Amino acid sequence: MHKLPFVDVLAEQRDHARRQDLASFEYTFQAEITNVYPLTATEKLYQLQIIDPEQRQRFSFQPGQFVMLELPGIGEAPFSISSSPVRHGDIELCIRAVGNLTNFLARAPRGTRLGISGPFGTGFPVEKMQGHDIMLIAGGLGLVPLRAPISAVLENRSRYGNIDIIYGARNPAELLFTYQYDMWRQFDIDLSIIVDAGDATWQGPVGRITTILEQRIAAAPNIGKNTYAIVCGPPVMFKFVCDMLIKAQLPMQQIFVSLERRMHCGRGKCCRCNIGSTYTCLEGPVFDYWSVMNLKEAI
Amino acid sequence: MLFRVFAKDHLINLYDILAVNHIVGPMSKGFDRHGAPLYDFDFIYDFAELQLHYPATIHSLKRFVLPPRETLCTFDLQKDGWQKHVDYNAYKPTVYFGLHACDINALNKLDKVLTGNVYPDPYYAAKRKNMFIIGAGCTPQPFCFCKSMGTDSVLHGFDLFLTDLGDSYFAEIHSARAFAFISSLECREPRQSEHQRFMEVAQERMNLFTCHVDTTDLTKILDLEFQAEVWREWGRKCLSCGTCANVCPTCYCYGIEENVDLGLQHASKTRHLYSCNLIDFAQVAGGHNFRPESHDRLKYRYYHKHRGFVEAFEESLCVGCGRCGQSCLANITVPEVIASVRGEGGDHA
Repeated sequence: MHKLPFVDVLAEQRDHARRQDLASFEYTFQAEITNVYPLTATEKLYQLQIIDPEQRQRFSFQPGQFVMLELPGIGEAPFSISSSPVRHGDIELCIRAVGNLTNFLARAPRGTRLGISGPFGTGFPVEKMQGHDIMLIAGGLGLVPLRAPISAVLENRSRYGNIDIIYGARNPAELLFTYQYDMWRQFDIDLSIIVDAGDATWQGPVGRITTILEQRIAAAPNIGKNTYAIVCGPPVMFKFVCDMLIKAQLPMQQIFVSLERRMHCGRGKCCRCNIGSTYTCLEGPVFDYWSVMNLKEAI
Repeated sequence: MLFRVFAKDHLINLYDILAVNHIVGPMSKGFDRHGAPLYDFDFIYDFAELQLHYPATIHSLKRFVLPPRETLCTFDLQKDGWQKHVDYNAYKPTVYFGLHACDINALNKLDKVLTGNVYPDPYYAAKRKNMFIIGAGCTPQPFCFCKSMGTDSVLHGFDLFLTDLGDSYFAEIHSARAFAFISSLECREPRQSEHQRFMEVAQERMNLFTCHVDTTDLTKILDLEFQAEVWREWGRKCLSCGTCANVCPTCYCYGIEENVDLGLQHASKTRHLYSCNLIDFAQVAGGHNFRPESHDRLKYRYYHKHRGFVEAFEESLCVGCGRCGQSCLANITVPEVIASVRGEGGDHA
């Protein structure tokens, strides 16, 4: 009779780094909702704080990365971090109430404990963009992941050239982060906002985001090789916006997009976020435009 | 690798010395509607149940390493917080007796993605580390195209591999544990004539393959034919039922589900294997579906198996076991789909 020994994967002697990797697969930081700001009828900004002070300080991310947010028994989903990386484990997530988890969150009071794992994915290379002009183009909820690079750029404003933010929403009531527009403008940022349909009080332009992008490109002849662009919005927006940027002589590798996909793990396992067979959670969500062109069905 | 030969009637002795452990092996599971016997992997409690000369099993042994439903962790919910308890659901080593080369290769392929460098999956790794694998030579079936996929033989990922030489078994020994087991049997080193016979058996098996897939430049052809009409035709046939992923030895995609118990004291997180052919596979919150059409999803499946995995790991994710084609309700088989996509290239020329 030969009884085989039981192998405990976490107790294996030979590979310490791997043991750590295995043990952290299902590890989540406990975090608390410290504050909730309603932004519109459906979106709220949640301020979260990782409870353990040491973990909070060690938590670092690049603008554009995302976390998996877990509410035990309710669900787990990926959300882009929309706060500045200098604040480490005090993060902000802007979340629209659309499903089980997000509707539960919308009713969750301050002090609710939730789990955070991450950060996952790639970020916008804001350091590489230093010394260049930047155009940030957002449609609807696309402003959420862009708020992180905007904050990162504002904190080092002197290292960047002209900064344009072009933001389109369906109507004035759906505009996000309205309280920050004045501050952004004070940092010498050219902020243009356009809505699909105005209302009685709306004074700004009405139309598609491409209209305003066209005007911006026409008004600024220096847009081109020295410009980086960051684009995020609904799937239909990418093609039109990126085509215009290419026409304006922006190199493909200087246009970055942040893509949305369904995710169940964030760790390159569940395959739900695959484009072709590229994992959006590992090689994205931030892709340069060349990768997007190279991937089938990315946009 | 070391080799030993033992008489056929000693197989029961090998079974007996291992029987103190859990043993999973191929066993008869009844008959299909034509009266042909069906086989599948299950726990074996008696040597007589072990059908080592099975043609093929309906399912792979995926359910033992990647259970269709698996509780990843449980939560104790308290008024002001919660505690998470993680359990990898691996408690005992298990002997897998009589796996064909394709199924061992399938595990090796799963290892690349599930225990690779980025975020190794401990649930899979814990079960995988507790496997003792005894491979067995097979007879190619009319639907087997493993030869085309390069998975008809296996070089690693097993402890022992048995080849039937007629009156004896030729054992390839690949681990110290296996060597210890075999040494306690009545066995000897193979003679020159048995080397000869082993090579002959391998050649006879090679000649039995009837199903082939041309994989030359397949990754490029799949890219070139991305918009081909033939995908739509297969899409019209496909029922989007996900049976292919269910029987596939290398399909590992999943979904996560969380549940609270009725007392609101505990919660659990469950992983259930999914299929990229199911309609909501890529549907995001708010309702947008990145692959709304049946042909989009079917095509994605082929791209992942035959192009994307090749790009990432220099080999296809398909092992050519042919199970998907055998189980498909719409009779869609991999060799036919790939041949038709290649044919489409010819039409353009």
